[in-house]
Order: sequence, then C-alpha cells, then structure tokens
Amino acid sequence: MNTALSWVKAYVPELSCTDQEYCDAMTLSGTKVEGFERADKNLERIVIGQILNIEKHPDADKLIVCQVDIGGKTIQIVTGAPNVREGDKVPVVLDGGRVAGSAHSDGPLPEDGIVIKAGKLRGVPSNGMMCSIEELGSNREMYPEAPENGIYIFPEDAQVGADAVEALGLRDTVFEYEITSNRVDCYSVLGIAREAAATFGKRFVPPVTEIKEETGNVEDYVSVEVQDPDLCSRYCGRVCTDIKIAPSPKWMQRRLAASGIRPINNLVDITNYVMEEYGQPMHAYDLDQVAGHKIIVRRAKDGDVFQTLDGQIRKLDSEVLMICDAEKEIGIAGIMGGENSKITDDVKTVLFEAATFHGPNIRKSAKRIGLRTDASGIFEKGLDPRNAEAAINRACQLIEELGCGRVIGGMADACVSVPPLREIPFDPARVNKLLGTDVPAQEMLRIFEKLEIEYRKDKNVLVIPSFRQDLVGFADIAEEVARFYGYDKIPTTLPSGEATTGKLPFKLRVEQKARDIAQYCGFSQGMSYSFESPKVFDKLLLPADSELRRTVKIANPLGEDFSVMRTTSLNGILTSLATNYNRRNKDVRLYELGNIYLPRQIPVTELPDERMQFTLGMYGEGDFYVMKGVVEEFFTSVGMTGHIQYDPKAGRPFLHPGRQALIRYENTEVGFLGELHPQVADHYEIGTKVYIAVLDMPEIVKFATFERKYTGIAKYPAVTRDISMVVPREILVGQIEAMIEQRGGRLLESYRLFDIYEGTQIKAGFKSVAYSITFRAKDRTLEEGDVSAAMKKILNGLEGMGIALRK
Amino acid sequence: MKEKLKQIKEEALKQIREAGAPDALNDVRVNILGKKGALTALLKGMKDIAPEDRPKVGQLVNETRQEIETVLDGARKKMEQIIREEKMKEEIIDVTLPAKKNSVGHRHPITIALEEVERIFIGMGYEVVEGPEVETDYYNFEALNIPADHPARDEQDTFYVSGDILLRTQTSPVQARVMEKGKLPIRMIAPGRVFRSDEVDATHSPSFHQIEGLVVDKNITFADLKGTLAEFAKELFGEDTKVKFRPHHFPFTEPSAEVDVSCFKCKGAGCRFCKGSGWIEILGCGMVHPHVFEMCGIDPEEYTGFAFGIGLERISLLKYEIDDMRLLYENDIRFLKQF
Repeated sequence: MNTALSWVKAYVPELSCTDQEYCDAMTLSGTKVEGFERADKNLERIVIGQILNIEKHPDADKLIVCQVDIGGKTIQIVTGAPNVREGDKVPVVLDGGRVAGSAHSDGPLPEDGIVIKAGKLRGVPSNGMMCSIEELGSNREMYPEAPENGIYIFPEDAQVGADAVEALGLRDTVFEYEITSNRVDCYSVLGIAREAAATFGKRFVPPVTEIKEETGNVEDYVSVEVQDPDLCSRYCGRVCTDIKIAPSPKWMQRRLAASGIRPINNLVDITNYVMEEYGQPMHAYDLDQVAGHKIIVRRAKDGDVFQTLDGQIRKLDSEVLMICDAEKEIGIAGIMGGENSKITDDVKTVLFEAATFHGPNIRKSAKRIGLRTDASGIFEKGLDPRNAEAAINRACQLIEELGCGRVIGGMADACVSVPPLREIPFDPARVNKLLGTDVPAQEMLRIFEKLEIEYRKDKNVLVIPSFRQDLVGFADIAEEVARFYGYDKIPTTLPSGEATTGKLPFKLRVEQKARDIAQYCGFSQGMSYSFESPKVFDKLLLPADSELRRTVKIANPLGEDFSVMRTTSLNGILTSLATNYNRRNKDVRLYELGNIYLPRQIPVTELPDERMQFTLGMYGEGDFYVMKGVVEEFFTSVGMTGHIQYDPKAGRPFLHPGRQALIRYENTEVGFLGELHPQVADHYEIGTKVYIAVLDMPEIVKFATFERKYTGIAKYPAVTRDISMVVPREILVGQIEAMIEQRGGRLLESYRLFDIYEGTQIKAGFKSVAYSITFRAKDRTLEEGDVSAAMKKILNGLEGMGIALRK
Repeated sequence: MKEKLKQIKEEALKQIREAGAPDALNDVRVNILGKKGALTALLKGMKDIAPEDRPKVGQLVNETRQEIETVLDGARKKMEQIIREEKMKEEIIDVTLPAKKNSVGHRHPITIALEEVERIFIGMGYEVVEGPEVETDYYNFEALNIPADHPARDEQDTFYVSGDILLRTQTSPVQARVMEKGKLPIRMIAPGRVFRSDEVDATHSPSFHQIEGLVVDKNITFADLKGTLAEFAKELFGEDTKVKFRPHHFPFTEPSAEVDVSCFKCKGAGCRFCKGSGWIEILGCGMVHPHVFEMCGIDPEEYTGFAFGIGLERISLLKYEIDDMRLLYENDIRFLKQF
C-alpha cells in the first residue's frame, strides 16, 4: 500500500518527524515501511513564472524567446514548446536548479536528475527552463490537466514567484507499507494514521463526516434486500441526486495520484478516495439504470454468464454472490460491477454501495472466475460491518463538500448482523510472564488507550474496537503490549528449565557419513527437484507396467515437467551430468541425497513412502569398479563389514545389461550399480560412459552402526599360498570367493585376487584367475599340515565347480 | 718413544688436513690406525720397552690413537655434511609447479548452511527432527491455526496431490507432529525441503529449504526467544552481529516477529546486499499461538513456547553472494567446486 505522508498527517496533525524517523518508528511498531520516496526528489529551484512576452527566435523557426516574470524579476527563456501563450503561468527552473526527468525520454528517471544551467540557444541567452509534467518526475496519468508534449500550465490563480513544487502538491513523501494479512484495518489511510498516532503518542483526528444538508428519504429512492445473508453480513446504500460530473479538486487528485490511482472525475475519485481512506471498497450505480429501484443480493445460478464492466463475459456458478436489480444481475458482489449498470457522464442519480461480504467466499469466487480486483483483494480479508456505514457517510459528505450533488437523507441498511464488541480479560501478570518483561499495568492501559481499546474496570476486561478483528485472545493482547512497549526494550535471556541434550538422529548421522565418503571419493553434492515429468520414465526405458510409473501426481503442477513426484532418483543426477557434459566439464562426479516418493496406493489417499536415496553418478575418469569401491568405502564407514553380494541379474532396464549389479547386504537388497545403458545416455545426450550407484538409505540405516570393537592385532605369523586356476569363463570371481570362504575354515584370514587373464595362452571359453590366500591362527604359529589341509578343502570345492589348477 | 708418537700424530693430522674426499680419510685411518698402520707398528715395538714402563707407554699410545680418531671423526662428519649440502644443491625443485591433489568433492552450499545451523542448535541442546515432505492439510495448515478459509492459504501457493494431501509449504507441520506426541519439554529443529508453486527464476524456486525451530516448556518467554536467536545470529554471522526484532504476523505464533541482522557484508553501513539499510531480514518467529497448543493437546495456561523458521536458500545466497537461485539446482561442477 502506497500513501502520501501528507494524507496521514491530515489525521495526525501534530505528527512531526523526518521521513527516516517515521519509517523506523512505524516499522518497529508493526506497520512495516517497505520504502519511501520523496515526491520532490531532484526538484530544485523551481518557481511559478508568468510569461509576459513571446517573440520569435531570430535564427530558429521552432524556438521562441519568452520574457518570464518569476516574482519581482523578469528573465529570458528560450523554448521550443508549442503550447505556451502570453499570460500563462508555468513552472520555471532557475539557473543551477534541477529537474527529475527529461521530456524526451520514456525510460526510468535519472538517479540524480538533470541540472539546468543558463546558456545560449542558437545564440540567444536562456536563463532557465519551463517544465513539462514529465520533467517534474510525474506524468499525465496523475496530472490529467497537463498538456501532451508541452509545458505544464498552472491555473490563473497561481501565485507568481511561489514554489512551483509546493503548488503541484509534490512537497510530500510517498510511503510504501507492507501490511500483514491480519491487519485489514491498516489497508486504509485511517488505519495507518491511527497506528502512527499511537506510535508517536499524538492525537488521532479522524475526518468529520457530518452532512450539512440532507433532503428527502432514501426509502423513496431505493430498497435493498439480502437473500443470502450468509454471504453478505451488511449492505448499506445511500443516494445522491443532481450529480454534476466534473474533475475532482487538485488536493484529492494529488492524494489519489500518490497512492497510484489515476484521477478520473469527481464521482469515481470519491469512491476511490473513500476506499483508500477507509479501506472499504465502494461501488456507485446509476440509479436510473437500476430496474425497479431495487437491489437484491443473492447467489447466481449455475451456468449463468455475466458481462463485467471491463467488457469480459464471465461464467458464474451458484456460489458466486451477485448484486441484482428487480430484473437482472448488475454486478458480481465485491469483485466487479456489470457493463449493464456502468456509470456514464450523463448520470443524474447515484446509488452508493458499501457492503460487507463473506471474505472466504469472495476469495474463492474471484479465483474461480479468474478475476481478482483491488476490491476483492480487500473484501476477502473480511471487513468490519461498522466500517461500511462510516465509509458511505464519508462518500456522501464528500459529494456535498465537492459540490458534486445533493445527498438524500437516510441509509438503506440491510444490516444482517453487526456483532457485539469483543471483550478479552485483562491479565497483566500473564502478559509479563509471556513476554519476559515487567511492564506495569498502568503502562499497558496507556497503550490500550492509544489503540482505542477500552478498559472496563468493573469487569476487568478490554473492549476491542470493531475495526480490530485481529484481537481475539490473550496472546493478541500481549502482542499489542509488546509492540508499543517496544520489541527492542524486551530483555534478551536464554530459556531456563530442564537441560536437554542436542542430538542428530541416527538416520541423519548415516546420511552425514554418506556425504563425507562421497566427498572423499571426489563426488560433489547436487540437488534436484522432487517433481519431474512423467516422460522421464520413457527416457529411462522403463517398461509400461513398471512399478516406478505409479506416481504421486500433483493436481496443480507448474507444468508437465514438474507434475509427478519422482519414484527414482536417476533423472536428477543424469540431468545434472548431462548439463556438465554439455558444458564440456571433464571428469564429473556428482551425488545426491534426496527422497523418492512411492505411493502406497493409487489414487493416493495416504501419505506416500518417502525413501531417502543416496545416488552417485560419474563420467570421465573411473569405471564400474571405481564406483563399486565408493559403495564399499561407504559400507565400511557405517560399520557394514558383513557379507556383500553383487548379483549381475539386476534387471534394471536403464543400465547396460552386462554391466549392472544388484547390491545385497546380508541377503537384503540395498541398492544397485552399473554402467548407464548407451541408449539412455543418448536420451540425455551424454556422449560417454556413465556409471551410477543408487543406495536405498532406509535399508542401509537398518544395517549401519557406529559401534566399533577392537580385535587384537595378530601376534603369530601368517602363511600365504598363491593359486592360479583355469576357470570356465561364465564363472564369476564372486562364486570363487564364496567357495574360498565356505571351505577356508576358521584359519582363513583373507584372500586377494591378484591376476585375471583371458587370451592366447588360455583355451577358448576359459580364463586364468589367480588368488593369494592367507591363513593365520590367533594362538600359535601355523604348521604346514594346517595350511595344506585347508587348501585341499578349498581346491576340492573349486574342482567341483569345474575349475582346475593351472599347471 | 714420545717423539715417535708425536711424529705419527702430526703426520696423521697433516694427512687428514690434506684429505679431499671421504676415501682419503679412510686411507689415513688405514695408514695410521690399521693393522699395518704406523701406530700399530709402534705398539708392536712394545716388547722392547722395559716392563715397568709399558703401562705408561701403552696409555700414551692409546691417548694418541684416540686423539687421531676424534680428529678423523670430526673431519669425516664435516666432509659428509659438505657433500650432503652439495647434493641438496642439485636437488632443488620448482615449488611453483602444480600441486598433485586428491580430487576431493564438495558439499552443496545449502548443505553447508544447513550443517552450520544444525551445529549451532545441537550445541544449544536441540534435537534434529524430520517430517514428511508430502503432508496432510491438517498438519500443514489446520493444526497451525490456518483453517480452510484463512487468507494465508493463498499467500503460500500450495501444490496439492489429492483430497487433503499436499506438498508441505513450510517445515512448521513438524512442530505440530512433535507437540502432539506430548513429550515435554521440547527443544527441536526440523530442517527440510518445502514447496510452493512459484515459477523458476533468479529469486524463486518451487522447491526450497527451511529450518523450523520449536521450544516448549514452562516459563518460556519472548525474551528467551530474543536471546536464543541473538545467540544464533552471532554464531552464524559473527560475534559483532546485531539483531532487530520487528512485529509481524504469522497465524501460528502470537506475538510474532521478523528478525533482521546487521548486514554481515557491510557491518551495517549500507551496501547493495542490504539495499542500503544496513539490515538483512533472515527469519520469522514468535510465541506459539495458544490455539496451536490446544490443538496439539498442550495446556496453554501451563506451557508456553517459541517457534522460528529460517530460509536456508536466503542464508546461502547472501553468505556466498550467489545472484541466481537456479544455480543451486543446475549442479554445474564449476559452481559446486567453489564451496
């Protein structure tokens, strides 16, 4: 909300502070100032001058030479402006003065304005400059009387030599406020003025809305009926006759302009002015267009259509509240009036409407119709029914004051319910206990008085004014005390009471370890969105019946690309790798720790299974076994030193069919790894081999442990035997190792593959595999017999698999 | 005899002085002290000396031997040192050649900020708690004093799944989940991903991270909230950081506040990061609303508490001067390597 400080000061006449002081104090008391700008920024040495004489420039057809009276002194100014006449009163920048903008540029205003200096134009001295409204930093929207492409002309009664900036109403500062959603009363100049008065401890003087002369009775002009009182808690209507449409006075135009509202004519300006001042949206109807001079407030019917005054056809439904006359719908309540009752300059009799509509209904209707207006934005916050009456009276008073028409006596008031004023018990001790302060009760009462909150001693209650709909309970009262006592004066302490132990849960400790290990192994952490496109499944070659295609779908996504919650973490890491590949980054290793979301049923009726995935991806340096090494480093670091099994039949369609493995730990599937299927790599436009590992963290967490136990360092020597074997090609070393472990007995300490070879010296269909096997006893030096017995068992086992010792 | 010894000694010293290499010194040792050396030869002549003089002469010979050995040793060490120094002169390397690094990876800037915030609060006795990212309307809104018709629902553009299931718009639902378990007192933080339907641009992302904090106990005050967050800000941004509390509104806290810290770039003087104000807004907070307590089954007459919510992206972007939020989700290695 933007408001000129002068408007606020009109109701807090004693307010006197600098712009910065105002900004800081208001922000600290809860009316946050987002920023402020002086309307006279970069306007220096500008006075009202009167053109006494105009002559042609001797050497330029398009220039004229003016003698301008600037108040007791006449200066010569050369201009190219076509619109000035002798006798005109104009803004004149004197030598060394400054203007805000240029008449020839539509761009943003220069930061430091433009300095004007005396000089010569085509040889003729010019000692200043006459200004257009654009040069004064404003525009014709805000100053509709200003000419197009010409010098601004003041009215005849302007005082020559006086400050032109003042005369234009620009000696002012416009403040921009951020109003919180609970303070609907502060979406108004009066609300802000009330806060300002309380903040600075000054008197709040609201406008007097007494109408001097009322004639007739509104009942003879219009009747109002509210058929759906659940959606309209009050409807006030007043009538003004003998309307004379004219421009509104300059002071009103300036205030509206400062609020960013374009002045139009007295009638429209009055409704806008009251909306700004009271925060009550108003509507004006041409009463002669209202059939039967009757207003009916009721719901629309499903399928109705209606043309709003912006010319658009709107689809309605039975939850949209309409304003109707005896025959037809004439406006969408709280949102926009109809084309059929649009007010014209020929209007003679006006019906003002100030109503209180049900906020949530307006919010939903505006959303469904797809039409959010300034008015609906205010209504949806829920207004005070008492404010409607105050606002409509203000509008009528302004009609009278501005000579815009005659006010008819009385108000058509379909007052369905004006709730009684709320009362909240006054408990100063509890307030202090909550705030950690020692504010005396008397001081609290002084604060409440400033806020128009009345204290009733007999009942020990605070009576809440109707415009403060946000004050409901004890905590709200505590906040009022805190705001005006000063948040900055509340002491700073630390919570006392029972000490608690800070801790990171086990799951997060395991994740932290995952980050550490990935990082040590050269992987950097990426992050990707939780939602993606369903097209991802095709990119990953998932079959049509894949479980992973069953997703949690977003009903209102930002677009198809963000429409389903991911069921696999691959797309994120592959997209990131592709970005890097495309940008020619070499040897990229990335990992991500993020959830996948597996629906428990379709359609989704309960929360999905969120599973943290530890996903690693890399291209460039490294291969399958490097990735496998990272997985095992991680397992070791989280205490998973048991049996890891790699099953080549992983069945992952997005991986190379011959280069993928399921990872089982203690016979439980905990993840998979492999080389990316070349076709998938093509889909992601990665022109090199990509290796991927995905670990399902909920399973990992089950096995992980940070407990460690020391086992004694061996005292007795080990015995190592090397064997070299001829192995059928299809046998995996994993199978050989399983046999060594199975047959090695308790003396077996370790084994290590030290050579694997396929080629000319080995017959086709076979490979040569060599292991170094180590035995050790804890309690003695091994004897030859121990080792050869163990070796014999192992070799027998291997022979049974069709493996022969290489001779 | 004495004369002879003296002669041998002087001869030995002369040879040592003239020796140019360790080998030459070795020759001296052999020539003088070796089996066929001069001194040994002298010893062999002991039989010609009167038996009563022999111990004295023997002692003299040994003294001479030791003297020569000491000098020999000294000379050898000196020579070796010279040789080593010569050798090292040949071994000079170019220290400006490139380093051979282990290619260690990097944490995401959001994670760095997260771990930092976690460290601070764990140190203050807070437990880290997690909650689901796909949430129910009840925990995300209802239990936080945001009923179905509340305008705040529009302020947080929500992604819906179906019925009353949605993507959480804030980490605050974890508050309600922890409180309704009824284990008091509570000191917790809940970090995590949240979602709002904002189009992607330099300052918006439909997915971002928050950290929620909650303390519930008897006698928790607004002053405690101020003290706790002041302490946190000093830990995170430096000891000289100042904190400003401004009144604000959140449906689930009352009184509520927004917190500014003195700009950690310009120390409050005013710069482009704080838009010249000297202050940077970093979080929202307040005293837990009595309605929220009631809905979670906690008696607001007996217990009070405070809650706060911190935007991690905001902190990382400011701290690292990252000017475009999209960089956080692009995962370009040249970006990630900088953290």
